Amino acid sequence: MSDATDRTQTVVFAGAGGDQIEGYLATSAAPDAVGGVVVLHHMPGYDSSTKEITRRFATLGYNAICPNLHFREAPGASPDDAAAAVRAAGGVPDDRLVGDVDGAAAHLRSLPNANGRIAVIGYCSGGRQAFLAACSLTLEAAVDCYGGFVVEMPPEGFPLQVSPLTPLAPRLSCPLLGLFGADDEHPAPEHVAELDRVLTDAGKEHEFHTFENAGHGFFSTDRPSYAAAAAEQGWALIEAFFNRHLTTR
Amino acid sequence: MCTYVTEHLKVVGSGKGANGWFSLTDASVYFDHPVHTAAEHTLNIDFLAPQAGPSARVAVELSPHTARLLAAAIVTALENGTGA
Repeated sequence: MSDATDRTQTVVFAGAGGDQIEGYLATSAAPDAVGGVVVLHHMPGYDSSTKEITRRFATLGYNAICPNLHFREAPGASPDDAAAAVRAAGGVPDDRLVGDVDGAAAHLRSLPNANGRIAVIGYCSGGRQAFLAACSLTLEAAVDCYGGFVVEMPPEGFPLQVSPLTPLAPRLSCPLLGLFGADDEHPAPEHVAELDRVLTDAGKEHEFHTFENAGHGFFSTDRPSYAAAAAEQGWALIEAFFNRHLTTR
Repeated sequence: MCTYVTEHLKVVGSGKGANGWFSLTDASVYFDHPVHTAAEHTLNIDFLAPQAGPSARVAVELSPHTARLLAAAIVTALENGTGA
């Protein structure tokens, strides 16, 4: 592990359909054999807190990229305006998300110090999308941080692009780490238990942790939902998980 | 949680954003994570003019209680103003 990152920069890469989209890239200072992490932002968008998480992965010894999932609707706009525009347009379609993660992963694999091993991690809506990506692409690890509506039926009025993902579970391509809050409603503990059962039935490697005194968004240091104890334990679990699955020896 | 659920409506009127006044055509109303308010969820309203780009937006984030007060105040003001 190094506290240093070589650099952070905005890069442009080919996402779904070959569209050129931007991403925030933080690269490790390590010269070689570096794993890659695709960081999926939450619904409020490609914001500073998600970029901070992306930088943290670089300090942990990985190359990390946060694709701007809202770039097409609002190139150059502030993250909150972009998020509002995407919401007004109906949200990020699932198939487009998968293509964008695929492109982000390819960009990480192309970096000179890459070892070719890729994880995806997402928070909130990004947690659901991380699971979707891991069931749709060949990856080495995935982390779902309190992604809602992976198993539960969406409420009335839900955008058509978002539907339960449990039918995809047999296609999960990699080990899954799930980090959840006991006080969350989406996903509530019963939803987490259901996903656990589905993955166990499918014979898929997974490791779930549900933290007491934590609700939705407990990793968000800039929100009232931040729960320090859960977040610190969660970060330690992520570090150990990525060390097992992204490191080549 | 991310509620995702959003009410969309067409509107007629104007809003004042970062670059001055502009004509509004659309609005999104939703209960979800705020960007700025120190709360887990707020009632959010985006007044929009998509033809003018994503930055043509007037946004508010209100606590559920004050959002209901606003809704009632709007109805009261309309009733008083229009007599209907």
